[in-house]
Amino acid sequence: MRAPEGEKLLWVALDNGIYIPHLCGLREAERPAASCRLCFVEVEGLPNPVTACTLPVSEGMLVHTRTPRVDRLVRTGFELLLSNHRLRCGKCEKNKNCELQKIARERGLKLRLSRLRPLISEVPVDESPKTFKYDPGRCVLCGRCVWVDHHQAKVGAIGFIRRGISRKIAAFGDVPLAESRCTECGECVKVCPVGALAFKEK
Amino acid sequence: MSATGTIIQAYESLKKAAVIKVEALKQKPLVLVGTATCGRAAGALNVLQTFRDEISCRSLDVEVKEVGCIGHCYAEPVVIIAKPGFPALCYGSVDEGMAGRLVTDFLINDDPCYEFAMAALEPNDQFPTFADFPRGVYEKKIILADCGLIDPEDIDHYIAHDGYAALAKALSMDPAEVLEEIKNSKLRGRGGAGFPTGLKWEACRNASGDQKYVICNADEGDPGAFMDRAILESNPHQVLEGLIIAAYTVGAEQGYIYVRAEYPLAVTRIRTALEQARERHLLGESILGSNFNFDIKIFQGSGAFVCGEETALIASIEGFAGVPNHRPPYPAHAGLHSKPTVINNVKTLSYVPHIIRNGSDWFKSIGTPDSPGTAVFALAGKVVSTGLAEVPMGTTLRTLVYDVGNGIKEDKPFKAVQIGGPSGGCLPESALDLPIDFDSLQQAGAMMGSGGLVVLDEDDCMVEIARFFLDFTQKESCGKCTFCRLGTKQMLDILTEITEGRGKPEDIDLLWELAEDIKAGSLCGLGKTAPNPVLTTIRYFRHEYEAHIQEGRCPALMCKELISYAIIPEKCSKLCNVCIGSCPVEAIYTRDDMLKAIYLDKCVKCNSCMVACPPQYKAVVKVSPPIVERGGSQDEQLSNHNN
Ligand SMILES: Cc1cc2nc3c(=O)[nH]c(=O)nc-3n(C[C@H](O)[C@H](O)[C@H](O)COP(=O)(O)O)c2cc1C
Repeated sequence: MRAPEGEKLLWVALDNGIYIPHLCGLREAERPAASCRLCFVEVEGLPNPVTACTLPVSEGMLVHTRTPRVDRLVRTGFELLLSNHRLRCGKCEKNKNCELQKIARERGLKLRLSRLRPLISEVPVDESPKTFKYDPGRCVLCGRCVWVDHHQAKVGAIGFIRRGISRKIAAFGDVPLAESRCTECGECVKVCPVGALAFKEK
Repeated sequence: MSATGTIIQAYESLKKAAVIKVEALKQKPLVLVGTATCGRAAGALNVLQTFRDEISCRSLDVEVKEVGCIGHCYAEPVVIIAKPGFPALCYGSVDEGMAGRLVTDFLINDDPCYEFAMAALEPNDQFPTFADFPRGVYEKKIILADCGLIDPEDIDHYIAHDGYAALAKALSMDPAEVLEEIKNSKLRGRGGAGFPTGLKWEACRNASGDQKYVICNADEGDPGAFMDRAILESNPHQVLEGLIIAAYTVGAEQGYIYVRAEYPLAVTRIRTALEQARERHLLGESILGSNFNFDIKIFQGSGAFVCGEETALIASIEGFAGVPNHRPPYPAHAGLHSKPTVINNVKTLSYVPHIIRNGSDWFKSIGTPDSPGTAVFALAGKVVSTGLAEVPMGTTLRTLVYDVGNGIKEDKPFKAVQIGGPSGGCLPESALDLPIDFDSLQQAGAMMGSGGLVVLDEDDCMVEIARFFLDFTQKESCGKCTFCRLGTKQMLDILTEITEGRGKPEDIDLLWELAEDIKAGSLCGLGKTAPNPVLTTIRYFRHEYEAHIQEGRCPALMCKELISYAIIPEKCSKLCNVCIGSCPVEAIYTRDDMLKAIYLDKCVKCNSCMVACPPQYKAVVKVSPPIVERGGSQDEQLSNHNN
């Protein structure tokens, strides 16, 4: 397989039709967030699984995208995200077009909780923008929306607030989006891998 | 004159002035009061005031000075009195009354009040020294040596004790030679992971870039750890000297000390130290007359545990949220403002002047071959002598707990040590003879971490200990990555259920699996080490988990949901009712036969009755599993329990 020098493994694999689960990765981002922790692979010569979004490819690198250790990590990471995700696919705008569903399909994982406790807090949906809505209960905190808001739309309406299990994406001061500097350009909605940011139906 | 000659000469003249000043102090009586945070918490400021008042109202010619912490925290407030003609004596647990006596009896008359004294500082034929304590035999003080003995707010005290001699020596060497010395010493980082300092400096030195930075990590966020605070409050110049040498070696002109705002006294003392160092040309432009320029800024963090992680710390200085980033790039290549940056712990930097002054071979002669030098532990928990101890690497836990720490309180049996704080683990009795260094601890599933060492006895529940630390890491998780944000919460919820008697048999395996995956999957060291308390308690104390889950029993009688309080009729006295008075919720009543008993449904398990019951009766007991009130008398159930 050929690839430009220094390109990150995740993009090289995807470009060559090899699927690796991922949520937070953005090809344009200079520094990968590496926060969703789903794109694990094993590389020969490295002792432990590594994230493909942070690994520059090199000549002669031998990569395994499916090993027992990789599959176990991806399964646990995926289940952890599900434990914190309001799972009502039938009612979700992103049904059949959702990255979580894609990961489940590709890796043979179930879209329901078995081992883990549900960790969902009932937070209200922000319906204030005219064209879209934000449902924190579906958000996987990948941060793609924040990145495009800051680096492409250059609006700076949203960011991460709070810490730990309370971390979430919000406008400055945690006001409804309609009261923030959001211009409703819709760029953030387009990059949301799940149904957290979704256009309102006309 | 050569540049080297100028540097040495500049230093010698500083030293000469400092020695004259310090020698002059020895001509009259000197009172040193330990007013580090630990001393203040025990009332040292009142003691200090008493000395000042008594001395001034009697117009005595006595110097009173504030110093830092000598490490004997169990004996705070600590006072040292050096009176010409007597050995310098150290007094522990000094209160205002004792302070008054010491002024009248010792300073005015010549009675050193030996009955209050802990130890003499130097060998003499009147009173034993700290070296004569069992603890003194096993301790080896390098970076704590001057703590509590020198005035942290007077640079001349440090200089008179050979302070900044290492800087003068380093500046007369080529930076590459300094680097060789540190590499040869095999010094490893004391911030937790034990990374070789020389290699880190070398990477930064070799990294290309015109601008480089050095940072001292004084975030010290582990619960129960206070050694970095003690060093900064007691001997700040030692840290500054280490940081300046680091900067010279890697070629940095700007340094930072990242210290938590919760350490206001440390911040003040560092600030004073920086000013005094600048006045004496030990910081700033052309240090000691050389062509090396370097200065240090203080950055106050707001006390998040994760901000001690180096990439989060750097983000915090840059003005971003204190959230970690993926490594590589490592800070040594691209750190602060993407420039090559060395970041070292307070203790790591404190060793540097000693290594430069005494040579790397001297350093390697202490400790173990792969972890040379000493380790500083904050002894806490059920150990008699809590405080800071500095021992050679390779010392066994047994020596630390029984010789340095004087054993377990009330002579109870040892159960475990929790070592390394929330990133560390719990080691059982079988580990007592383990020589501790970075690698042996790692193998046992724990970590040196910051050096917190909590001693646990039979009254400590290992599941609850794991829950306690998970509660901490879960709250301190920044929430950026999936495994740490959600995984620590899952583990905490499972542990809470087990300690509340709602655990399920499959929970132990689930905890283990989750713990392994969180270790392997997390972005930064917080998540990668947070499972250690869970893994080690399951590994060494699985039976306690099983007792909670299968029998609804807490073997240590600690988990409130799994115990009941009861009064043993055979031990209770008709003539006593202190328990009734002690109960805040009126849950204790007098039975027809005048003995006392507890309404279980009212009892809030506050432990007051157990404390109140006079020692000659000891009639209140805790039982587990809890007594359930379903038919049958309480007494019957209690007697079943006792069988
Ligand atoms: C969650 C977390 C907290 C940390 N806290 C501290 C700290 O308070 N002080 C410290 O020196 N190192 C801390 N570290 C380690 C630093 O990331 C870094 O390794 C260290 O400062 C390097 O210095 P050293 O090589 O001298 O040990 C922490 C690491 C993690 C993952």
